[in-house]
Amino acid sequence: MTRSQLTPGVVAGRLGAEDYARNFADIAPKLEPHEARVAADRCYFCHDAPCMTACPTSIDIPLFIRQIATGTPEAAARTIFSQNILGGMCARVCPTETLCEEVCVRETAEGKPVEIGRLQRFATDTLMARGDHPFARAAATGKRVAVVGAGPAGLAAAHRLAMKGHAVTIYDARGKAGGLNEYGIASYKAAGGFAAAEVEWLLKIGGIEVRHGQALGRDITLDALVAGHDAVFLGMGLAGVNALRAAGEDCEGVANAVDFIADLRQAADLSKLPVGRDVVVIGGGMTAVDAAVQSKLLGAENVTIVYRRGKSRMSASEHEQDHATQTGVRIIHNAAPVAVHGNGAVREVEFAYTEDTPEGLRLSAETFRLKADQVFKAIGQTLKGAPEGLKTEGGKIAVTGPGRTSVPGVWAGGDCAAGGEDLTVTAVAEGRDAAEDIHASLTA
Amino acid sequence: MADLTTNFIGIKSPNPFWLASAPPTDKEYNVRRAFEAGWGGVVWKTLGSEGPPVVNVNGPRYGVVYGADRRVLGINNIELITDRPLEVNLREIKSVKRDYPDRALIISLMVPCDEDSWKDILARIEDTGADGVELNFGCPHGMAERGMGSAVGQVPEYIEMVTRWVKQYSRMPCIVKLTPNITDIRRPAEAAKRGGADAVSLINTINSITSVDLDCFAPEPTIDGKGTHGGYCGPAVKPIALNMVAEIARSRELAGLPISGIGGVTTWRDAAEFMALGAGNVQVCTAAMTYGFKVVQEMISGLSQYMDDKGMTSTAELVGRAVPNVTDWQYLNLNYVTKAVIDQEACIKCGRCYAACEDTSHQAIAMSEDRTFSVKEEECVACNLCIDVCPVENCITMRELAQGEVDQRTGKKVGTYANWTTHPNNPGAQAAE
Repeated sequence: MTRSQLTPGVVAGRLGAEDYARNFADIAPKLEPHEARVAADRCYFCHDAPCMTACPTSIDIPLFIRQIATGTPEAAARTIFSQNILGGMCARVCPTETLCEEVCVRETAEGKPVEIGRLQRFATDTLMARGDHPFARAAATGKRVAVVGAGPAGLAAAHRLAMKGHAVTIYDARGKAGGLNEYGIASYKAAGGFAAAEVEWLLKIGGIEVRHGQALGRDITLDALVAGHDAVFLGMGLAGVNALRAAGEDCEGVANAVDFIADLRQAADLSKLPVGRDVVVIGGGMTAVDAAVQSKLLGAENVTIVYRRGKSRMSASEHEQDHATQTGVRIIHNAAPVAVHGNGAVREVEFAYTEDTPEGLRLSAETFRLKADQVFKAIGQTLKGAPEGLKTEGGKIAVTGPGRTSVPGVWAGGDCAAGGEDLTVTAVAEGRDAAEDIHASLTA
Repeated sequence: MADLTTNFIGIKSPNPFWLASAPPTDKEYNVRRAFEAGWGGVVWKTLGSEGPPVVNVNGPRYGVVYGADRRVLGINNIELITDRPLEVNLREIKSVKRDYPDRALIISLMVPCDEDSWKDILARIEDTGADGVELNFGCPHGMAERGMGSAVGQVPEYIEMVTRWVKQYSRMPCIVKLTPNITDIRRPAEAAKRGGADAVSLINTINSITSVDLDCFAPEPTIDGKGTHGGYCGPAVKPIALNMVAEIARSRELAGLPISGIGGVTTWRDAAEFMALGAGNVQVCTAAMTYGFKVVQEMISGLSQYMDDKGMTSTAELVGRAVPNVTDWQYLNLNYVTKAVIDQEACIKCGRCYAACEDTSHQAIAMSEDRTFSVKEEECVACNLCIDVCPVENCITMRELAQGEVDQRTGKKVGTYANWTTHPNNPGAQAAE
């Protein structure tokens, strides 16, 4: 039986084999050497460069671009990795349009920034393709550090600590390391199994053991980690998902966007992954965009993102929003879900128009319904199972300075820690800085 | 990582990148910033005799030649030697050298061409702690009108005489900085060697007018409606400097004379090229003036990477590596035959190779109606112009004909090595023995 975009319900195989390959191919492939030189040539080597200030990991961008321009992309990669060991993934997933490239003087002057993200990928891919690891491990210190979570924060912390000679054990709840890099980013941004390859490359520093299937609060406790190690870094991310709090939320076909994205990332054969004909995604962040775009690319006929506030309030960047609409996703602003309708399986979602007032969001009396056989919730994640005794702030682990928690000997960073944007690059910076602080405290 | 430390005529520095005597090295403030940024050495801006310092113009000192996107290709300057009091410079040199004992600090000198003036200035700099002196026989503007700078550098006898005085009155290592504004760079270098110089540095700037204001009809930079020639430097002069360095490096008379390479060094690659042609280190000015002192970081990382990739552990292994391969035209192999090959996959069909060859060379490229460009081997002389003008890297390459293969242009089989000295068309040819 041939299936198409018009086949009703949540079904797999809506597209031909070549469509899947094309739709999920690398969205911005590595620049060719000549393209990279031309792109690098546009950099002015600014003094005290705004791009560098805008980068959460403070990569020396003018220097690495000049190193590309002078034919040494490997040296450029070392410049990047010395600040951000996950510079390869950040080159792919960073919202550069709201970070380095937004403040590039050529963006300001001409509306056309130096392509910093793509140049970073050119450099990091070039060095990583050589297979060797650019850093050497210091002599063993005999100190043991536990890292909870093998996501960007945990990996960055583990690498920096291992480089300083400490013995690191990473405890991760999932079956594969990488965290959101492996489970939570649109497939076309990290094509070709890049997340796993990056982890493998990172671990070549040595001195890091990764234990899988170890969730904090389920398989291990903070007390035991503290007792068994000289320091603990918590970087387990946000495992909980916010609920819609709308009637009918438990209808069949209503799922968490993060689970859909994770399933898609782990699918061996995308033609076996079911997707609805009419998909509704509720939320306004990167997760919403990634779920919506990938639903469309899997062959859904109609995909709609509904966000409760206006366009400018969406946390997905304008670039991401444009990408969604170019892929054929419709974005509806200023509407909030009030009910999910369906008899067992979802049939429609009912929304009320909203008004953003100084007193808060107000639902208007006017409602509308969207046809839906699949609904993805992407309205934010929460910290699940925070260890007792740790002070929290706004639902996350409270930290001061470089990730110090309220418990001595315990640091935290990444999405599970309060403060900073929930970005891969921010998590890397926090993990790295906490590691430096841990190192200082262990060697004091 | 490769060891970049260099020992140039006994002067050690952590890397071979020195700042040349020029505006960036005129003050303690700048030199400290340079050392903090990582420069291996500094040649302090030229000091003059005691007494009222020279004055500079109060209008523009620099002219520039731009490439696309305002890329600085060359700068011309009419700034004179330091216009600050001698004692201030001496005090600052001493202070900087004390704080950066691992960096090279050389003092550039230019005083009138008489023995007392040189004896006096050498005595004045004695206790600064500086590592050596560089004799500025190169500046072509302003000071040359007063019988100094290039006015000395253009007369080998003066070079020898002054160098001799310097070696007589100072124990410091002495570098003689040469002007390129002469016909044969080996003559002044030989004079410096005869005078006892420990090394030469080159090139100083080239006489130039960068542009003419076509509204007020005056050369730029224009000072109140008039202009004067300045000294040209930057990437544009590098090929001229490379040749002059090579001429000295391969001269039998000058064998073993250390060279400090100067002229358009902008990247690690430029530096490596100077060093391969015999320079023991390089001096930089325009790149620092264009991009700031931080630019040295790329030079350091790039040279390290290159040396690592080549398995070189010290800069000494690089210095002079290309010198044996610099030769006279008459010794080039006339039986080395190549033909252009166009990669049709890579070709973007712009036709630049065709225009260049058809209009200005040997009509050796054919163009079909569907804009396919192909080489006519029977016409191709392997001049390389098509490759030079092709915008696509590696689209056109040269294929070397094997020995015994017939050259379609001459109809002859490719033979073994033979050069002009034995060629039958050469009236002075010697029969091969």
